[in-house]
Amino acid sequence: MAEVILDAITKSFGQTRAVDNISMHIPDGAFVVMLGPTGAGKTTTLRLISGLETLDSGSIQIAGRNVKNDPPAQRDVAMVFQQYSLYPHLSVRDNLAFPLRSPILNTPEDEIARKVAKIAEVLQIPHKLDNKATELSGGEMQRVSIGRALVRSPSIYLMDEPLSSLDAKLRSDLRIELKRIHAELRSTLLYVTHDQIEAMTMASHIGVLEAGRLVQYGTPREIYSNPTSVYVASRLGLPRINILPSTLFAGSHKGPQIGLRPENIQQGDGAEARVIRAEHLGDQTRLHLELQGHAVTTLADPHASYTPDDTIKISPVNPLYFDASGARAL
Amino acid sequence: MSSYTVTAPSSRQKWFAGTMVVIYALVTMIPLVWIMITGFKSPADAISYPPKVVFEPTLEGYVNLFTTRTRQTEEFLNANPPQNWADEIVRKYDMVIVGQSKFGERFMNSVIIGFGSTFLSIFLGTLAAYAFSRFKIPLADDLLFFILSTRMMPPIAVAIPIFLMYRNLGLSDTHLGMILLYTAVNISLAVWLLKGFIDEIPREYEEAALIDGYTRFQAFYKVVLPQAATGIASTAIFCLIFAWNEYAFAVLLTSATAQTAPPFIPTIIGVGGLDWPAVAAGATIFLLPVMIFTILLRKHLLRGITFGAVRK
Repeated sequence: MAEVILDAITKSFGQTRAVDNISMHIPDGAFVVMLGPTGAGKTTTLRLISGLETLDSGSIQIAGRNVKNDPPAQRDVAMVFQQYSLYPHLSVRDNLAFPLRSPILNTPEDEIARKVAKIAEVLQIPHKLDNKATELSGGEMQRVSIGRALVRSPSIYLMDEPLSSLDAKLRSDLRIELKRIHAELRSTLLYVTHDQIEAMTMASHIGVLEAGRLVQYGTPREIYSNPTSVYVASRLGLPRINILPSTLFAGSHKGPQIGLRPENIQQGDGAEARVIRAEHLGDQTRLHLELQGHAVTTLADPHASYTPDDTIKISPVNPLYFDASGARAL
Repeated sequence: MSSYTVTAPSSRQKWFAGTMVVIYALVTMIPLVWIMITGFKSPADAISYPPKVVFEPTLEGYVNLFTTRTRQTEEFLNANPPQNWADEIVRKYDMVIVGQSKFGERFMNSVIIGFGSTFLSIFLGTLAAYAFSRFKIPLADDLLFFILSTRMMPPIAVAIPIFLMYRNLGLSDTHLGMILLYTAVNISLAVWLLKGFIDEIPREYEEAALIDGYTRFQAFYKVVLPQAATGIASTAIFCLIFAWNEYAFAVLLTSATAQTAPPFIPTIIGVGGLDWPAVAAGATIFLLPVMIFTILLRKHLLRGITFGAVRK
């Protein structure tokens, strides 16, 4: 386990800057989640750290050592690929043992057997150990692929959307399991996702990426309550934050755009909005409103009933303000 | 849009299709079977007309293939009784076995040159195909085209330059020379076929292995090679069949030491008349290694393409 420092790393593919001058300090034992849409540079950042891609400029330190010229094997990282990448010619057992048998670790066979059995237990696949990797379901493959990383104790675990192909139940089970493993091993983990629930529930730090840049880096609470831009604010929170012209509401404003998360909207007083429809989700009710031609989504009491074209009055509570370019106005 | 339905074949259709396949298989096998049975005929039966399907089998052809014989006087034959079963067979023609023929040696030359060049073609071809498939090589497409272009004329078109070159280099009539020659012809096929197979293997496997603590070469050896086994097996069969059957260069470049079986087998005809059973026996033995090799690799050929462990 070790800290990892990214210093102004940059990588281009042809004309595209996939990773643009990202600096990031991943403390020892942190669970860092990189959040961003497809193409934001999340996967490329992982591949740069692992050594599968070479840096154009900048430097990467793992455990205090500059790894710029080290091949992947020398960097002491474990990676879970989004596409599983299980070795199809090997059994599940041999897949899990593969990193332990590498010339670098060269683990004795009895220790390999013990570690593989333990990780299979954690991931609930002991009955599948003798199957070929190709004979598994998607969820099982993904668990084996996570297991192949967890069987080692590297400086840092790199995980590229490891839960994206699992069904909802397994995903929430493994989310809790990963968090538990992280707490138990006190390992450093860099985790890529575009799922904000994974980010909020597991992360000790979140880095938000936009078009190859790291636009904000902090604790989940900071990112949620103190976003530096509209872009960051829209990455977290469900339903998403409403970005509206400030002039829709009376009073003085700190910027031309007002950002209202559902909980920042108070009902009963203020601007008049028309109900478009109400979605009853059981534990909550999502209310879709129209406010002078702008769509607004908010939450309502699960037991209240609304009919379309009702008019309700809403006003902002502790809103976030942004300037015209989308940056936070303070 | 035209629509048509796919229905299960009726039993009559199945019967018809099965019959066609059986007829085709029989037609293809007739020449092979004919060669094999001719090997067990006596010279008289072999050339009788109409051809004999029922005959008395004899090992004469095989004895003649492996031995050299001389005709002897009656006194000599009476004074020296036959020493073994093979000797007894040739006594019918007032002959005695005086030594081994060159067939065994020629056959071994074929084995050395055929398998040697196949191994070398596959070894070099796999490495080259992997490099072309995975690395950014300047002018890769042009290089690949250049490699392919060596097959754009019949190899025999360059027979004279090669003959002269080999004579100057001292490679004429050597095992090494023939192995290099057949490798040069086969390598383009090997590179192109294997590149196709390796392209199909996702890079993610090697990347996973690199991160799991293996070097690039170890990843190639432990992860790529096992998955390329199907492709390597079929490519090896193609290479072996070419090198094994090659006739023209073998006639031209080999004689006393490195002559392979194909140019040798026809020369059997010249020894004491048209000895068709011996020729057929030679052809039968000559067929066996390729047949065994193909059967051994059949498992890989039929295994098909691995799928499923990388999500696309």
